[in-house]
Amino acid sequence: MAVRRLADKSIQPKDFAFTAENLAWAKQQIAKYPEGRQASAVIPLLWRAQEQAGGWLPEPAIRTVADLLGMPYIRVLEVATFYTMFNLAPVGRYHVQVCGTTPCMLRGAEALKEVCRRRIGEQMHVTEDGTFSWVEVECLGACVNAPMAQINYDYYEDLTPESFNRILDDLAAGRPVKPGPQIDRQFSAPVGGPTTLTDPSLYTGTGRHGGPSLTDSDAKRPGAAANVSESPVPKAPIADASATTAPSTRRE
Amino acid sequence: MTKLIVDGKEIDVPPHYTLLQACEAAGAEIPRFCFHERLSIAGNCRMCLVELKGSPKPVASCAWGVRDCRPGPNGEPPEVLTRSPMVKKARQGVMEFLLINHPLDCPICDQGGECDLQDQAMAYGTDSSRFKENKRAVEDKYIGVLVKTSMNRCIQCTRCVRFAAEVAGVPELGAIGRGEDMEITTYLEQAMTSELQGNVVDLCPVGALTSKPYAFVARPWELGKTESIDVMDAVGSAIRIDTRGREVMRILPRVNEAVNEEWISDKTRHVVDGLRTQRLDTPYLRENGRLREASWPEAFAAIAARVKAAPPERMGAIVGDLAACEEIFALKDLMTRLSVRNLDCRQDGAALDPALGRASYLFNATIQGIEDAGALLIVGSNPRKEAAVLNARIRKRWRLNHFPIGLIGERVDLTYPYRYLGAGPETLAQLLQGGDFLESLKSAERPMILVGQGALARPDGAAVAALAARLAGEVGAVTDGWNGFCVLHTAAARVGALDLGFVPGPGGKSALEMVQPGALDVLFLLGADEIDVPPGAFTVYIGSHGDRGAHCADVVLPGAAYPEKSGTYVNTEGRVQLAARAAFPPGDAREDWAILRALSDVLGQRLPYDSLGALRRAMYAAHPHLQRIDEIAAGDPADIARLAARAGAVDKAPFKSAIADFYLTNPIARASLVMAECSALAEGHQALTAAE
Repeated sequence: MAVRRLADKSIQPKDFAFTAENLAWAKQQIAKYPEGRQASAVIPLLWRAQEQAGGWLPEPAIRTVADLLGMPYIRVLEVATFYTMFNLAPVGRYHVQVCGTTPCMLRGAEALKEVCRRRIGEQMHVTEDGTFSWVEVECLGACVNAPMAQINYDYYEDLTPESFNRILDDLAAGRPVKPGPQIDRQFSAPVGGPTTLTDPSLYTGTGRHGGPSLTDSDAKRPGAAANVSESPVPKAPIADASATTAPSTRRE
Repeated sequence: MTKLIVDGKEIDVPPHYTLLQACEAAGAEIPRFCFHERLSIAGNCRMCLVELKGSPKPVASCAWGVRDCRPGPNGEPPEVLTRSPMVKKARQGVMEFLLINHPLDCPICDQGGECDLQDQAMAYGTDSSRFKENKRAVEDKYIGVLVKTSMNRCIQCTRCVRFAAEVAGVPELGAIGRGEDMEITTYLEQAMTSELQGNVVDLCPVGALTSKPYAFVARPWELGKTESIDVMDAVGSAIRIDTRGREVMRILPRVNEAVNEEWISDKTRHVVDGLRTQRLDTPYLRENGRLREASWPEAFAAIAARVKAAPPERMGAIVGDLAACEEIFALKDLMTRLSVRNLDCRQDGAALDPALGRASYLFNATIQGIEDAGALLIVGSNPRKEAAVLNARIRKRWRLNHFPIGLIGERVDLTYPYRYLGAGPETLAQLLQGGDFLESLKSAERPMILVGQGALARPDGAAVAALAARLAGEVGAVTDGWNGFCVLHTAAARVGALDLGFVPGPGGKSALEMVQPGALDVLFLLGADEIDVPPGAFTVYIGSHGDRGAHCADVVLPGAAYPEKSGTYVNTEGRVQLAARAAFPPGDAREDWAILRALSDVLGQRLPYDSLGALRRAMYAAHPHLQRIDEIAAGDPADIARLAARAGAVDKAPFKSAIADFYLTNPIARASLVMAECSALAEGHQALTAAE
């Protein structure tokens, strides 16, 4: 993680103000918290400010949020510099976040990063036309579909350099793209279709049960009481096998 | 009380104690960096790890409550080990981590010799590092003219951040970034604006925040240390004056729970360079409109010639804000012998009259008493500027729990919220009629009325004081065991001078009357620089700095500044404190009482004391309470009722704080470059805020 600083003064806008719509939304967020706890709304407000400013947080936005919440400026700056999802420098119209954590790295994230470097340049560099910028991020939680990248709000998974290139081409040309797995796979199901529960009779009502595996009424039938445990009575450890009473797990 | 075994020793501590406090109560030493008694608990340095029997890991003792400890299996008290092999290893590990990114620049670090990290690394660290990678580098930050930063050295204890937010009440410092890249800074590296910012230097356990004016000036082991009392305001903070040779190098706070806890204001701390510049080191005599250097006998002869020619009612003496009781007593003695009745110590014309009793001009509730107060009304004062340390005490009380505060006067940022009631005396009069703030004062236990010099130093000051006293009586601020009528002074000498009765005698002129053109023939100024003296009278100035007083004087007698004399000071509470001498006055300058003693000889009215001891004996005989050092001779609560009875008409002018510029209130501060820089910065900040 690099040192997170505000962008250079020369590219900071002079001022920032929430649009009427966003301001109303912000007031709504603030109202969620009890009197004296307005500072709790700082993250949603910063996020909305980042969205409004085109994907990054200018310095005046930090002050605007602080004033709105009655917080010292430095407290808001602390939050903005702590969370890596707040971009402190301008980003492209499409901000590409390539996962570089172990599963993605093992499945070829390095090649994706190479594509970014070739097409876009260094991390957090915005292309001439303002279309793209990219950054390597930590795990985004789609390890099953590694390697993957997040572009603005969507995940693009099971990428290869070719498919990744194609997505970027399409985005640049304004053609529609399909988020999700880029290979023949449903969500995070196995590649090439399901490998279990493949018996068609499970779904036709002609199997062992003579009906659907689980009917609606089955699902809604009350089960056993929660305190009925099926686990076996714990046995004493081998060394204490001769002990007559079960050892207590709690200290008195 | 909760029983606990610390290193095999059974102790009994209150259940709200932390393990760290309990271990200290048992006599064990716990190293720490982030923990500080007067700040909230952060628990991030991990240096205070101890072993708690039953816990699989060492616990941070500063953040672990005694009541959270589990008893042993058979109900034995919880057992804590502070010297076990596990603790030793844990502390070594923590120290190794702390030192990973700490530069090895102790030889060029100003903290060297008084560094917590240095000391604790010696005691708890290992002798070598296993870290082979690059160290982290952090850019130094600009956070003002008083605090120098070397951020490579920062160990992120966040004491400074917590101090700024909690004690100073100006949350300007923060920790930006995260993890290894966490850095302490102000917002966009703006200068801090707190009057207490110098204290972060003392709080910093390493050399990340050091004193900018003191940078590379001296090493702690080459300094002589003298415990003394501050005179920059009327709080009388306990200070330590560090000297090398005959020069004062720096001033640090001492702990005095009753007065300043362990904080001092920036003026107290950084006025040091003012002690070196603009000093009067030889007598001066005005000839043909210009001051020329003279010898002591020459100067004395010139004074004697004028004094002998002047009738007593055409002579007068004014005492300034930094004078100690000894010289005030000697001056009063000399003037009495000359039958002079025109005496005054109230350069600002404050309506304080010792004839009404001591309680009428003291901060009766005491500074520590602020913590017991239930409600506070501030009248004509800006305690943040007039007594920054006392203001921190009010803030401490406000943070504790419900504490309604009302303000009549200038609407300023006091670092805590308050009810703004109005600007002038008529609001005070209205408050007496009723209103919900009167109700909250009445319903509060032990309410306090704080009256500033801004309310007293005006033509209707006596009437305002009477109104405030009436209000104090009305809301039950004066009861058995509690006197909530508090006068906040701004001058260190004021209460002492009032105690000594340095006010006009029968038929005598007050300070403001004395400086009317043509009022006097001879005027003595004992360090009085805050009053405009018109030409006409033959003016004798006794003082340490070439400031306003010396500029208009006909004879200048060089005196000693406060670190250069042993003197008694009485603070705003009426607490008698003894300031010790740490250095010697420069050149031909002498201690003020000795000047007066020598002058008395020339004037044919020899004062009967040849030593400071003899002078003090005479002073104690006349004013016995002055010999009870560090004690308060409480005023009589009945004085408040007497004061209240002196009602008069008040005018409509709004109250103005007695201090226009916090950094330039006395001749020493005005001679200081550092204070001038602070003042310019503060003014720029104000202009900026006004423009926004």
